[in-house]
Amino acid sequence: MSDHFVLVITVLYFLLIWAIYPHMAGRRNIANLFSNVWPLLALVIGQMFVLIVGGIDLSQTSIMAVTSVLGAMIMAGRFDPAKFEQNPLWSVVFSEQGGLLAGSGWAVPAAILIMLVVGIGIGLFNGMAVAKLKMPPFMVTLVAMSFYSGLAIYLTRSENIMHLPDSFIAIGKGSLGPVPSAMLIVVTLAVLAFVILNLSILGRWFYAVGQNIRTARVSGVPTERVVIVAYVFSGFCAAIGSILYSARLEAGRPTLGRNLLLDVIGAAVIGGISLYGGKGRVLWAVYGVLFFVVLDNSLNKMPLEFYSIDIIKGGVILMAVLLDSLRTSIASRQTAAEGIS
Amino acid sequence: MNEWEVEFDHISKSFFGIRALSDVTFSVGKGQTLGLIGENGAGKSTLMNILGGVFEQDEGSIRLFGNEYNPSCPADATHAGIAFIHQELNLFTNLSIADNLFIDSFPRLGKSPFIDKSRLHKRAVDLLSSVDLHISAGTPVEMLTPGERQLVEIARAISQDARVIIFDEPTTSLTAVERKRLFDIIKRLQDQGRTIIYISHTLEDVLQVSDAIAVLRDGCLVSIGPARKYTIDRMISDMVGRRIEQMYPARRTAPGSAALLEVEGVTQPGIVRDISFKLHENEVLGIFGLMGSGRSELASITFGLDSRRTGRISIRAKDTAGSSPVMSIHNGLAFVTENRHQEGLLMEASVSENLYLTSLRKFTRLGPARIINRSEALESANRIAETLRIKSGPINKQKVKNLSGGNQQKVVIGKWLLTEPDVLILDEPTRGIDVGAKYEIYATINKLAEEGVGILYISSELEELTGMCDRILVMSNGEMRAEFARLDFDQEKILQAAFSGRAGYCTPSENGEN
Repeated sequence: MSDHFVLVITVLYFLLIWAIYPHMAGRRNIANLFSNVWPLLALVIGQMFVLIVGGIDLSQTSIMAVTSVLGAMIMAGRFDPAKFEQNPLWSVVFSEQGGLLAGSGWAVPAAILIMLVVGIGIGLFNGMAVAKLKMPPFMVTLVAMSFYSGLAIYLTRSENIMHLPDSFIAIGKGSLGPVPSAMLIVVTLAVLAFVILNLSILGRWFYAVGQNIRTARVSGVPTERVVIVAYVFSGFCAAIGSILYSARLEAGRPTLGRNLLLDVIGAAVIGGISLYGGKGRVLWAVYGVLFFVVLDNSLNKMPLEFYSIDIIKGGVILMAVLLDSLRTSIASRQTAAEGIS
Repeated sequence: MNEWEVEFDHISKSFFGIRALSDVTFSVGKGQTLGLIGENGAGKSTLMNILGGVFEQDEGSIRLFGNEYNPSCPADATHAGIAFIHQELNLFTNLSIADNLFIDSFPRLGKSPFIDKSRLHKRAVDLLSSVDLHISAGTPVEMLTPGERQLVEIARAISQDARVIIFDEPTTSLTAVERKRLFDIIKRLQDQGRTIIYISHTLEDVLQVSDAIAVLRDGCLVSIGPARKYTIDRMISDMVGRRIEQMYPARRTAPGSAALLEVEGVTQPGIVRDISFKLHENEVLGIFGLMGSGRSELASITFGLDSRRTGRISIRAKDTAGSSPVMSIHNGLAFVTENRHQEGLLMEASVSENLYLTSLRKFTRLGPARIINRSEALESANRIAETLRIKSGPINKQKVKNLSGGNQQKVVIGKWLLTEPDVLILDEPTRGIDVGAKYEIYATINKLAEEGVGILYISSELEELTGMCDRILVMSNGEMRAEFARLDFDQEKILQAAFSGRAGYCTPSENGEN
């Protein structure tokens, strides 16, 4: 199958929908489409690294929630006493006059730094549990998902933190000349991922570990470190996603990304990144996200209830997973047939 | 006697325009054992896959027990009375022996969905005694040695009332005692009127067990006849189409005196005990031992893959305490593992990707960014592929899984040569590969030894070790039992040393993993 198959399908589908709903290609809708692409792509790129080494990161969306809340607690300009007075952190970390560094010029950079560091830290913890303690990635990150989303709600008592500084909001909504800043950030991230995967020694190691970790270890690949780096990168990307979404929504939200996990993994699989490890490219991630965003956007145009949209999206992702396992089993059958003599 | 059970009539088969079989015609008699030999890619497995209903022939027909036979799937073949005993056994290791025997035909209580446990047990016991396996039928298969697992497979074939049983490389993971027992059982199956097709690269075994021998080369039947008309030499020359005068080429250098690898008092409880040896420059040092003797485990420990409790390992007098594969490679060690599919290769990746995987660190630039210099890496990989004469398409496109066994093994050796090692550890380097590729690998080993590389050569084929090594160390039960210099090589004495300290054949607990 051609590398660009998913892109072709996306374009054909877009043209079809355009014929039915002419405003699909309207300037506003296109802008809206792309503004949905960037943060999702950041997450999918991170997820891709973990999938390539044969793991899965279910905690990405919870990393988003917890970092969103922590960042807001540092930089928000004002906290509503009616909502936060009962909070244990009231007048310790934040007060009516704002977050820890509210008003300071350092507030936004410090908040972003904390968000990234927390994302990396959670990824590091996940990676250590998987690589060193040999725990199943599914379980480690499922527990992390539950833990950090619980933590985010605990820290805020389930309240959104508003009044974020304008300079932070500009990251999600502003632009540098004609280029949206979100695009600038995510394209840089994609280029970084491309360089790592395609040009560096680390990239070869990711694929080797995902294909056969035993062979990789015998061949002198530092397998544990490689696995840990994948989870760290995933956590880092989740934090980037959190920055973009929080800025767009102008709030630190304890429920940020609550329904996003299936979108992330779905877009990855639709792009062709294998759940069985060893396969994935940045371009595939881009195509997968494009298809997914166009699908989502078109479904929202149709006179459908939200649950029908969920059912259709679920069906499409399931098809992609089916395709992935068919490809994998055909590949292994070929190996078996030739391995007989 | 001349009652044909299986008749192949002008069978031809091509894959994507490449001839795998052309006009193959021969027959196997009832109660006969036919030894089927040929290099990898000669068409043995294609022919057996046609018989087994995996592929369909392009031309020709098969008659089974005198009737036209056209299987459309493997299940058809099973129903027709054909059973395969594969090299990689198809058992559910987590289930009991009895469950494995009847996995597709559990005896039931009447028509209910419940298993008739007592009947299951009784039939299992009968079947197991028919293959001389005296172990409780409730034992999980994971507790069994490879030899015992194979007997379970044979019992399953008998339970399905197979009239034609195909053995594919059945002796590769057996001890000498287990092998003898297998041959006894094959004899017995034959006496019951079953027909055996025996495929192997171990020509001595084929000669010993077969009534008739058929040789395939490049998809054609080269010769067929009674086994007594064949010698090993004739079998080899028929297979390769030329005579290999000397199976083990001579080496022009003698071992040096400088020790490259020193192992001192290495102990890991339950695995190896107090192992010490030295490997010198230009030396090929053999390690012989039976399954479960600790020979492969010693190699893993030496390379830093597995841990050791005590003992010192040094390379060129440099201590490598607490080492990992990363450190070992850095210090000049290389390790061709026993199992190329699971530990040696990335089957889905290209030949070049596999070749430079171990030496990627050499091909990086831009300092800490460690960007790979692709063209330089590919050039080196190409050079190695050429030196080793790896038969492959463009090495950056060709996937390793589509190469023949011999060429796959050359890729494993090639990836280690690219690291330019001082010490090369080889664990069963010629297992399951054809004679021509074997010869080329022997020549490569000699060339390396002549260049000064120290080679630690682990094998369960004594013939090969006595042909290739300067010295042989014998292991048994995790201990070093004896040392033989080249002049004192005596196969019988070496075997005796290997059997010392063990009763009969190895028990499951000794055997550890697989």
